[in-house]
Amino acid sequence: MAVQVDFLKKLPYFAGLNDAALESVRRYVFEKRADRGETLAFEGEPSDVLYFVFSGVVKVFKTSADGKEQIFHITRPGESFNDVPVLGGGLNPVSAEAMVPVLLNGIKKKDLEAIIRENAQVAMNVIQVLSRRVQELIALVEDFSFRRVTGRVAKMLLEYADHSGGESPRLTQQEMAAVIGTAREMVGRSLKNLENEGTIKMERNRIVIADQQALRNLAGVE
Amino acid sequence: MNAAPVIDQEKCQGCGLCVDVCTCGALAMQDNSVVLKDVDKCGWCTLCELVCPYSAISCPFEIVIEEPRR
Repeated sequence: MAVQVDFLKKLPYFAGLNDAALESVRRYVFEKRADRGETLAFEGEPSDVLYFVFSGVVKVFKTSADGKEQIFHITRPGESFNDVPVLGGGLNPVSAEAMVPVLLNGIKKKDLEAIIRENAQVAMNVIQVLSRRVQELIALVEDFSFRRVTGRVAKMLLEYADHSGGESPRLTQQEMAAVIGTAREMVGRSLKNLENEGTIKMERNRIVIADQQALRNLAGVE
Repeated sequence: MNAAPVIDQEKCQGCGLCVDVCTCGALAMQDNSVVLKDVDKCGWCTLCELVCPYSAISCPFEIVIEEPRR
């Protein structure tokens, strides 16, 4: 399948570009497919391609010396990864792995830089993308600092259940633990507590949110 | 059809730990690797995932909001 201008124009990086500018961007963009579990970027190694997820889901994560995984972001269609090493230079601070079969649109660092030099709108867009990324990281720090584990589990459940129209990954308890920065056992215990309270129902491989308001109260969100 | 735990045969070393802990009888060893013998027996206890030293088997959850009663 060829790279689509319709997809590119929806990306925050290229928002507000006219058709001619989008067409010149399209010429630099290429496709890449990856299977579930395939590593797309390695922590500590250089990355010179910025990727946009066209379909599927990619997790962006870091692994500690003792093998504990911290997921920073679940990258869904229309979102990007590898922004930091491509825009800032240097080594990749995180790894990226396909959680399901994925189709990506990639653009090389030198080509992106050429587009930014030619088009001030793209430069403004990049600033906005990075600003949003900082906000996400602040929210993550806030979670670690102020929310108890059950509250973090509640917030994560609400976020992952809210995928109207988009694709959402199925999460193992290990992955849930990595998302909220705790041990798998703590996730299991919190889910059990929430089930006992009647806030959620565990239906085999489905977690059904039965009381959204109670979950919101626990998560401390409106 | 019921969803099944996901087995990554490339990661699986055939140690059989998951089969040992599977109290449902859903998993079995076959030719030195793990197979799903009977998906319908699987109760999604996730013990297999918990014990696997190679992260070769996983039990992902779908997270949904309950449909309002009519």
